[in-house]
Amino acid sequence: MIKTDILIIGAGPTGLFAVFEAGLLKLKCHLIDALPQAGGQCSEIYPKKPIYDIPGFPEILAGDLVTNLMEQIKPFQPGFTLGERAETIEKLEDDTFIVTTNKGTKHHAPIVAIAGGLGSFEPRKPLLENLDQFEDRGVAYIIKDPEVYRNKKVVIAGGGDSALDWSIFLADVAAEVTLVHRRNEFRGALDSVEKVQELKNLGKINLITPAEIIGLKGKDSLTSVIVKKAGDSAEEITLEVDNFIPLFGLSPKLGPIADWGLAIEKNAIIVDNTLDYQTNIPGIYAIGDVNTYPGKLKLILCGFHEATLMCQSAFQRIFPYKKYVMKYTTVGGVAGFDGSKKEAPKAVVKAIE
Amino acid sequence: MSDIKIKIVDREGTLHEVDAPTDMNMNLMEVVRSYELAPEGTIGICGGMAMCASCQCYVKSDHELPEKSDDEDAMLAEAFYVEDNSRLGCQIHMTEDLDGLEVELAPES
Repeated sequence: MIKTDILIIGAGPTGLFAVFEAGLLKLKCHLIDALPQAGGQCSEIYPKKPIYDIPGFPEILAGDLVTNLMEQIKPFQPGFTLGERAETIEKLEDDTFIVTTNKGTKHHAPIVAIAGGLGSFEPRKPLLENLDQFEDRGVAYIIKDPEVYRNKKVVIAGGGDSALDWSIFLADVAAEVTLVHRRNEFRGALDSVEKVQELKNLGKINLITPAEIIGLKGKDSLTSVIVKKAGDSAEEITLEVDNFIPLFGLSPKLGPIADWGLAIEKNAIIVDNTLDYQTNIPGIYAIGDVNTYPGKLKLILCGFHEATLMCQSAFQRIFPYKKYVMKYTTVGGVAGFDGSKKEAPKAVVKAIE
Repeated sequence: MSDIKIKIVDREGTLHEVDAPTDMNMNLMEVVRSYELAPEGTIGICGGMAMCASCQCYVKSDHELPEKSDDEDAMLAEAFYVEDNSRLGCQIHMTEDLDGLEVELAPES
């Protein structure tokens, strides 16, 4: 059981900044995120895109913003449960919560802050009739352990970075790698495109474009896929494979959080914005893009503000009788849980002779 | 500059005729959102960067639309339910030329 003061669901910019604000109040945080890395949409969808409305940054790449936030919160030693989705929540008699992930990891905290953005990212599945039947029987949407594919015949579909990168990686692992994409052009880092070209020339990747996988065959597990080629050489071919990995990106779904008994409107969690962004369940807060209230704007800068007020409220909830006044970091400095201490240099008092 | 009229068939098949301003730097995805013709969180997920295809629509009228950018073209190559007349709403900016445009929202995926 992982124990913490504030359990944050979602490791996007808002969730990460909450760690900093909590740390100033000496509260520890742990974050759960369905993605394998921190940063949420900033890392997953648009790491190389610039953002122009982060106060104090005329321009910053989304990926760099995440790197900076990770650096900023490092002294507060946040814990991470990555690659797992928060599935269930249980309120104990002492008003604390246990949140369990889809992999069974349990987290115990007096405060839960949902910073889930638009939801957890789920793989986008191609529209194939019997796809479900072969899930985990040859079909996988996420590659967890590449060794599974050693000496197997693998077909990958997709035209983005993950399709390219995994084709490259598996070319050395699998017996056969076939990459199928609807266009001749790929959308990915130039390096990756060139590497696939090189591996194709060497006969290590079998490239079929423009083409689409339109059918799956097999009994207990997948044995072949039907590839429909488009363009001049339009035909349907059957490709014998052990594994089919469709990599068509991810799309966010609110998911199990929708069943936690929280008041929800327009795919977002209703909060009290006059005070602290608490939900209808005391002790559960919702901050950032996942919440809604009159006048809500889904902006990172608003998420930062919401995270800050949420932490103040969380502190009072955990320590109802403790006296506290907000302190500026310029005055109080930043004392990390790792023993580090940052503070403004002291003014030098020296007489001029 | 004035408003233009646009016909939008939502994902349930209902036709909406809406006024879209041409002087607010809006795109078709944003027009759909401003009239709440698709639930929040199911359209414009990437915010309009041509990176999610949640605003895919079918263009029914024969208006001359701006050419697809490489980004839009590549995104549509990875989207589902794509037809020859598929476009990403976020890449269609509201201009006076588009008065009378008719589109249908593609299914959510």
